[in-house]
Amino acid sequence: MIAPNLTLLVAVAVLVAAGVYLLLERSLSRVVIGAVLVSNGVNLLILVAGGAAGRPPIVGQSDEPMSDPLPQAMVLTAIVITLGLTAFLLAMAYRTWQLEGHDEVQDDVEDRRIALLAARDRRAMADADAEGEATLDEEAELAHDETAAGGLARRAD
Amino acid sequence: MDWSWLVPLPVVLPLSGAGLTLALYRKPSLQRVVSVVTLVLVLLAAGGLLVLADRGPLTVEVGGWATPVGIGLVADRLSALMLTVSAAVVLCVLVYSLAQGLAGEQFAPVSVFHPTYLVLVAGVANAFLSGDLFNVYVGFEILLAASYVLITLGGTRERLRAGSIYVVVALVSSVLFLTAIAGVYAATGTLNLAQLAQRLGDVDPTVRLVLQVMLLAAFAVKSAVFPLSAWLPDSYPTAPAPVTAVFAGLLTKVGIYAMIRTQSLLFPGGAVDDWLMVLALLTMVVGILGAVAQDDIKRLLSFTLVSHIGFMVFGLALGSDAGWTASIYYVVHHITVQTALFLVAGLVERYGGTLSLSRLGGLARVAPVVAVLFFVPAMNLAGIPPMSGFLGKVGLLQAGVAAGTPLAWTLVVGSVLTSLLTLYALVKAWNKAFWQEPPAGMPTRRVPRAMVGATSALVAFSLLLTAAAGPLYAYAGRAAVALRERTPYIAAVLPEGSRGAGESADVADDEGTAGRLVTGGAG
Repeated sequence: MIAPNLTLLVAVAVLVAAGVYLLLERSLSRVVIGAVLVSNGVNLLILVAGGAAGRPPIVGQSDEPMSDPLPQAMVLTAIVITLGLTAFLLAMAYRTWQLEGHDEVQDDVEDRRIALLAARDRRAMADADAEGEATLDEEAELAHDETAAGGLARRAD
Repeated sequence: MDWSWLVPLPVVLPLSGAGLTLALYRKPSLQRVVSVVTLVLVLLAAGGLLVLADRGPLTVEVGGWATPVGIGLVADRLSALMLTVSAAVVLCVLVYSLAQGLAGEQFAPVSVFHPTYLVLVAGVANAFLSGDLFNVYVGFEILLAASYVLITLGGTRERLRAGSIYVVVALVSSVLFLTAIAGVYAATGTLNLAQLAQRLGDVDPTVRLVLQVMLLAAFAVKSAVFPLSAWLPDSYPTAPAPVTAVFAGLLTKVGIYAMIRTQSLLFPGGAVDDWLMVLALLTMVVGILGAVAQDDIKRLLSFTLVSHIGFMVFGLALGSDAGWTASIYYVVHHITVQTALFLVAGLVERYGGTLSLSRLGGLARVAPVVAVLFFVPAMNLAGIPPMSGFLGKVGLLQAGVAAGTPLAWTLVVGSVLTSLLTLYALVKAWNKAFWQEPPAGMPTRRVPRAMVGATSALVAFSLLLTAAAGPLYAYAGRAAVALRERTPYIAAVLPEGSRGAGESADVADDEGTAGRLVTGGAG
């Protein structure tokens, strides 16, 4: 087994780490960039898995072991797939922006409903003496109210 | 006679049909004819494969290139069974959606719907038939790309919200799958499933475990196994009813199929079975508790879908012939029943104008046929005897009891509890939607006959699974035995020991990366 190229491995690590960070963002445009970075990181990983570079690519050119064409074929397939998906994600981000005026991925409907209920419960149960900062649930209730009712009211198109 | 030409048809026909319907985008009536004819042909081909695969796996080397280098398609009993059930289900759903579209419901720009739907079918068939790990990935991507389009059909606000979550989650799982493929290739130098089965045994056990867990994680996202299932109940319900139905029936099951295939063929020995058992239990319980709390019928059904994935994983994790048999039978049962339920949910929405249980009522009087169509698969899902759900669950329970470990017993108790809770959730939905006085202002509309007809056909098919349970269960049993033996599959794909019968240069020796290829040597 040939030792893999360290530079390539570091590049894979950086691409995937940056990609994962971006995937965790709320804005769809950043998610798109994150998806591109992660996918390219993994494509590079497949290339590394194919062995060291620099061997002859064509059969019968020399007696050296030739380079393995299979990972390259796989990477090409993966690149094409990534391209298509990126285009689709971009279209989705654009459409969201058209409809909402921003491209944030919104909370799960159920999450919001539960956060709302919990916040209402808390207010009902609240002790008159108790004071202090807002609870997590109340913050969740406030954080994203461009939801069903709020969003519809703001932009009716 | 050599029937192997049937094998690629379930992939080739829908893809050709997709091209044709895309070209005919101005002629919706022709599109409809092409789609229906294509899917009928796929069903016939799949049925043929079902019969033929019982004699032994059929293989095709795509383009005539010998197997470990070229890509092979393999139809063994498991693949053929999955394929036949899927083909029947997609045909019913197509008829249903055509009726819905003809009835003037603006659920989809029809010209986009047909090609996308056929591409989805091709992707599912490719994932079932593929004998190559990378080709499984390609199959997944085909069906996922089609599903992205279907779930965001029309591009409304709610669908984009649900769709963006769905797309990003699916994308991450694909990346995980691809990483696992890179790892598998680096470790073994091949991606052919049969050759992997031969080679993975020699790989260092720790590396093998890592690869196994990575593949399982990727498939667990696709099939919505518990900690990775949160995306499903949020994204499925917003899509149009036929789309949700076909997603619920097929997409998660493709993940389950991939799990069964890789666990049995590539990683025998059950290194992670105990963990899978725990996950199965959590999937069942958490899923069904979610269903109990729901008010929207489609969301309720989505949660039962997640919950019942746990049953299939349970059977798989038992690792015994009995467990696998029950699991395979359960997959077949669940594909039909879950799809039927989602189609009925579409009918309910059309009749009552809403899916919210608190705003529905009295549908049994307004639409008695729909009431029956809901009741039968609902009871079937909950496992009321003598229907197929009951038979599948009994099979699982027997296999669990036969295993006899404390964990298996816990799972047995857990699955009985889950069945009861499923019954509770569905009966609650039944009471609220079909009984009681209809609330004031509930609109009732006419529903096209063909929609009801397609749903009835699927419900009848699920009852047929009960009537034909004997032969079907025996078939699943033979499939499970072949999965455990592994040799029928490997021998069919690699008849000459290490390579297929097609044409290629000599196959690289042990290290795919270090092998030296020599021209000539046609097989």
